[in-house]
Amino acid sequence: MSAPMSPPVLETRAVTRDYETGGFPRPRKTIRALKGVDLQVRRGRTLAVVGESGCGKSTLARIITLIDAPSSGEVLIDGQPVDLRAGLSREMRRKVRIVFQNPYGSLNPRQKIGDVLEEPLLLSTSLSAPERREKALAMLARVGLKPEHANRYPHMFSGGQRQRVAIARALMVNPDLLVLDEPVSALDLSVQAQILNLLQDLQEEFGLTYVFISHDLSVVRHVADEVMVMRLGEVVEYRSRDEIFAAPEHPYTRTLFAATPKIDLERIRARLAAKASRARGA
Amino acid sequence: MALLEIRNLSVSFETTAGRFFAVQGLDVSVDEGEVLAVVGESGSGKSVAMLAVMGLLPDTATVSADAMRFEGRDLLGMTPRQRRALSGRDMAMIFQEPVASLNPCFTVGFQIVETLKRHTKLSGSARRARALELLTAVGIPEPERRYASYPHQMSGGQCQRAMIAIAMACSPKLLIADEPTTALDVTIQKQILDLLLNLQTESGMALVLITHDMGVVAETADRVIVQYQGRKMEEADALTLFEAPRHPYTRALLSALPENAVGGRLPTVAVGDWGVRT
Ligand SMILES: Nc1ncnc2c1ncn2[C@@H]1O[C@H](COP(=O)(O)OP(=O)(O)OP(=O)(O)O)[C@@H](O)[C@H]1O
Ligand SMILES: Nc1ncnc2c1ncn2[C@@H]1O[C@H](COP(=O)(O)OP(=O)(O)OP(=O)(O)O)[C@@H](O)[C@H]1O
Ligand SMILES: [Mg+2]
Ligand SMILES: [Mg+2]
Repeated sequence: MSAPMSPPVLETRAVTRDYETGGFPRPRKTIRALKGVDLQVRRGRTLAVVGESGCGKSTLARIITLIDAPSSGEVLIDGQPVDLRAGLSREMRRKVRIVFQNPYGSLNPRQKIGDVLEEPLLLSTSLSAPERREKALAMLARVGLKPEHANRYPHMFSGGQRQRVAIARALMVNPDLLVLDEPVSALDLSVQAQILNLLQDLQEEFGLTYVFISHDLSVVRHVADEVMVMRLGEVVEYRSRDEIFAAPEHPYTRTLFAATPKIDLERIRARLAAKASRARGA
Repeated sequence: MALLEIRNLSVSFETTAGRFFAVQGLDVSVDEGEVLAVVGESGSGKSVAMLAVMGLLPDTATVSADAMRFEGRDLLGMTPRQRRALSGRDMAMIFQEPVASLNPCFTVGFQIVETLKRHTKLSGSARRARALELLTAVGIPEPERRYASYPHQMSGGQCQRAMIAIAMACSPKLLIADEPTTALDVTIQKQILDLLLNLQTESGMALVLITHDMGVVAETADRVIVQYQGRKMEEADALTLFEAPRHPYTRALLSALPENAVGGRLPTVAVGDWGVRT
């Protein structure tokens, strides 16, 4: 590659992660949740990660957002290796953000949503209180929530509304790299479209880089530049979106594509007819 | 007689901005062996309506209905004790946010066994065997090891499957599944949906399936309810819903499928009152 090209925003080299389980009265056991993951994402691009439930996607998300250290291997942000033991700078905390798979668990139950959204601004900007509130309300609107929602606590929201709060919080401080772990799984198609459009706008405007974890292949096809398919802690296929959707190579990728539920009128007709005749037979 | 019959259900919350109606004038009926899908806007009252059926709403909620009956028995007139005896056994719910719904302090195996202890007469060893059988049925690898795992030691989809195992533990007559497969890859999703549909064909279980996934609706539902802002916009059999959706909201919703992107942008539904019927 030519010299002037800037390093990837995110790179991992042979990243592994072990979990210790068991212990008294059972024998201790180590499971390797990631078995050597190499990836690279350039500025303004989107890498989608798909794979079997339990294959290590969320584990990877916590490592690339510098929450957990890998058991071995390296994570590089803007070409610089990150050593978690040395602590993270404020700037690094702003740069790299995550939207957790489980939004409920990541929200403080005693904090009103307006304050949740203002908190990152309080920590990393010098905006005044009215300015922070104004920004928080503007972000609520962009994710399809209303100003009065700012005064509610997390438990007073629907699942999809909480998911949008988590996305709004991550976007408050203009991150460079955003890792989204199943960010639209609780949203209806229309709100999902609104959020995906918002993410795309921000990417075009600010060159945001995304790692987008999802089980929904039609969403992946829409958002991804590249797709990484994982299984049992390993990367089984990692190519451009167009290549992978045109001709999936790995048998697991093909299995995934084949299992995607489809809206097929003839199949619905046949299914309902079969059920009706079973009912008549019974 | 319908297994579950709800007429004119309304649920409201007192908020700082005044009384807020999360559900308004909702009618739902589900027959034995039927799969009813509930789809619609995020925040339109799908979960709240079903939590009202289960009697699991917080005290801040006000629930009213002309009728709310399960097997002909009046749910609203029941004592809390009668209600608790019913839920978990004859009617069970898979909650939308599995990680938050499992108890972080207990192992998954313990939580399944507790449900069995409360609602069945199985012996200790039979309960353990049944719990392992359920974990296997929902496709959790190494069920013996997972039995002793705490929720935080499991992935999002593994917690979701544990939640499904708990809900299925007592073979309920009505299973309310609130977004039961959002954390599952499509192959495991298929396995879980097949499992639920088998239960439904074999034992006549009725299934209320709340979902945003129109593909899942197309492959499982008999009938579909479409909700928007606390109200029912449309109710139709699954074929009619996709072939000839009547309500403009339904049509707009279906048009927002990611495959319908135009020049990279996705169509969205403008906020409107969609001629809410009264
Ligand atoms: N704290 C932990 N202790 C022990 N095992 C763990 C722990 N956290 C995760 N695991 C295991 O590591 C594996 C990977 O989990 P991870 O959450 O990364 O999966 P995932 O790909 O995000 O799955 P899903 O799609 O279901 O969310 C799983 O088998 C899980 O059980
Ligand atoms: N405890 C509460 N206090 C006030 N409002 C609440 C409370 N719980 C829920 N709501 C509101 O009730 C409405 C319906 O919520 P519900 O959880 O039923 O939505 P939903 O249709 O399940 O949405 P989603 O698809 O996002 O899960 C939402 O607008 C929500 O904000
Ligand atoms: Mg995960
Ligand atoms: Mg809900």
